[in-house]
Amino acid sequence: MFENLQEKLSQAFKLLKGKGKISESNVREALKQVKISLLSADVNYKVVKELMERVTSKALGEKVIKSITPDQQFIKIVNDELVELLGGKESNLDLKSRPSVILMVGLQGSGKTTTAAKIALWLRRKKGRNTLLVADDVHRPAAIEQLETLGRSIDIPVFAGYRKDPYKIAKEGLNFAIAKGNDTIILDTAGRLQIDEDMMEEVEEISRITKPDEVLMVLDSMAGQDVVNAAAEFDRRLGITGFVVTKLDGDSRGGVALSTKYVTGKAIKFVGTGEKLEQIDVFYPDRMASRILGMGDVVSLVERVQENFDNEKMKEMEKRLRKAQFTFDDFREQLRQVKKMGSLSSMLEMMPGAAKLKDVKVDEDQLTHVEAIINSMTKKERMNSGMINFSRKKRIAAGSGRPLSEINKLMKSYDEMKKMMKKFGKLEKKGKLGKFPFRF
Amino acid sequence: MGIFNLFKKGLKKTKEGFFGRAISILKGGITPEKLEEIQELLLLSDVGPETSDYIIENFRSSRDDPVETLRNTLQELLGKDERLEFSSVPPTVYTLVGVNGSGKTTTAGKLAWRFKNEGKRVSIAAADTFRAAAIEQLKEWGNRVNAPVIAHKMGADAGAVAYDALNHAISNKIDVVIVDTAGRLHTKSNLMRELEKVHKVIKKLDENQPTEVLLVLDATIGQNAIQQARVFDKSVGITGIVLTKLDGTSKGGMIFSIKKELSIPVKLIGIGENMQDLKDFNASDFVDAVLE
Repeated sequence: MFENLQEKLSQAFKLLKGKGKISESNVREALKQVKISLLSADVNYKVVKELMERVTSKALGEKVIKSITPDQQFIKIVNDELVELLGGKESNLDLKSRPSVILMVGLQGSGKTTTAAKIALWLRRKKGRNTLLVADDVHRPAAIEQLETLGRSIDIPVFAGYRKDPYKIAKEGLNFAIAKGNDTIILDTAGRLQIDEDMMEEVEEISRITKPDEVLMVLDSMAGQDVVNAAAEFDRRLGITGFVVTKLDGDSRGGVALSTKYVTGKAIKFVGTGEKLEQIDVFYPDRMASRILGMGDVVSLVERVQENFDNEKMKEMEKRLRKAQFTFDDFREQLRQVKKMGSLSSMLEMMPGAAKLKDVKVDEDQLTHVEAIINSMTKKERMNSGMINFSRKKRIAAGSGRPLSEINKLMKSYDEMKKMMKKFGKLEKKGKLGKFPFRF
Repeated sequence: MGIFNLFKKGLKKTKEGFFGRAISILKGGITPEKLEEIQELLLLSDVGPETSDYIIENFRSSRDDPVETLRNTLQELLGKDERLEFSSVPPTVYTLVGVNGSGKTTTAGKLAWRFKNEGKRVSIAAADTFRAAAIEQLKEWGNRVNAPVIAHKMGADAGAVAYDALNHAISNKIDVVIVDTAGRLHTKSNLMRELEKVHKVIKKLDENQPTEVLLVLDATIGQNAIQQARVFDKSVGITGIVLTKLDGTSKGGMIFSIKKELSIPVKLIGIGENMQDLKDFNASDFVDAVLE
């Protein structure tokens, strides 16, 4: 399983402490860890190699600032570099012509059709635009019906015309938009491989006919090493103006964003964050950088937690936590909420520094066991853990089918949790913590 | 940017491919630099840092012919070829699962064609009731290959579709039922639970079914494939992988890690958009293609 980069780096830098400067020898191990992390994130190998050179020259000779550890400082150097590489000026859509044309292109299954509908909706909501969607994928069965269904669900018109000739659809779509007064046209095209000559010529011809303001290539965030080659070829033939990275609601680290930006120099303009049509967002280089680096995408984590937690229940629990009235009933409720969020390991990977939580074994069965143990307590015991003596523990062990040692361990971590809650509560009263850290 | 030319060159080079390069790199003995070059080739094929380290380590310690050693190491990781299983009592049920855009519906159509072509009675269950026009897409495949498509309306209960398809198969003496499910990211626990429900509905009708649960994996994706396989396997028990889109320039090297870590074999590969472009997986051909 992928270990958190920060954890590995702090090991690599143990030797560095007190030496004052980052030097070539002590930076080597750290660089290796960063390299592995970037490769696990599917950043293209050649890009990783060039990146490492840039980072090395920046890191060497940097004075270690006393207030932070060298590993933190090193990560900051790498992270800053990534943010800089991922960022760019032209992240806005440049839609000057009337009507403006956006051409959607990409490999099969990257999410072009869904993204076309998402951008149409986004343009209406954020820019007040009146878009016509043009269904120009004549190859995949029912691709046109798919766009029509999506368009209907968000009340955006879809033009399909004569369903066999992609050039005719493109031309007529343009005329249709002009006649109907649409200020924007989004053309959805078929997925194609960059080595499929006939298909590449088809999309070149569509581009010549429609003279797009924007050519957006849709990239699956799960993409592997080779997709940067596809992006480079699409760019060479069509002049990509930007990328959309989709399916970021999964747990892929999205290295393709870095590779394609690095190789083509073209900005990432949008990210897709879910199956609902409003789930599209403008691109934040800093979020993406920490995700690729394996530093945890805290923002996404918080979003996922918010999406899955029952807010009312959580508010109630938060109140109780503040007062340190945390009972086993609350504990169990929390467990159930956590289970709802999906695989624990994927959650942990999103958390910065999670690798330090060594005692927290990522064993999903454990959650079930803990719940079984709590279920075997009486209501009184759950309210008042202090009363659980040895004979009660034995009964709980028998009832839940778990060994006594596990009951003890649970009691211990429960007590620790309670203590922690108290500390948080106190800190907050003194105003040291603005907000409860997470809505757990 | 200098690297751009490298990629352009890379594009032309794909035909020469990897084993030719591996052979030329390995000519005249192994040096640390050469090992690094081999590792680079493995990494660019999506083999991933961990498994490529493992391969290189294995390789370093061997005294045999380097090219053969490399080939054998890769081959051993993949193990023996495994074919699709058939149920001794018909129907044989194949459930297709996977993330969005991996190629499930196209695979369902191609599988249906394949068995029709073998003279079997085939039906397809449209258990993707979520994605817009998924049912229409499957119906078009049904028309092409002349197989009945069992479908409800969009938004209907996917389990109910599977239930109907199985009953239809039993009363119509269908040999093979292909269940196409909705694409779902493995991180969406509610959608994973829905899939488990579809699976349970099938199991309830016949505990020996589905005959196979096939994970459809896109060869262009990277290391996340391993996590996908892990989570889908835990949820519904994957018996084999269909590796799609191998007609591009991606190598699909993540299947080495999946086999090594989860012991899930690849059974089929997709190599094009035509009906006949679904083939049995052959490990030795695959290794050659990775190393070609």
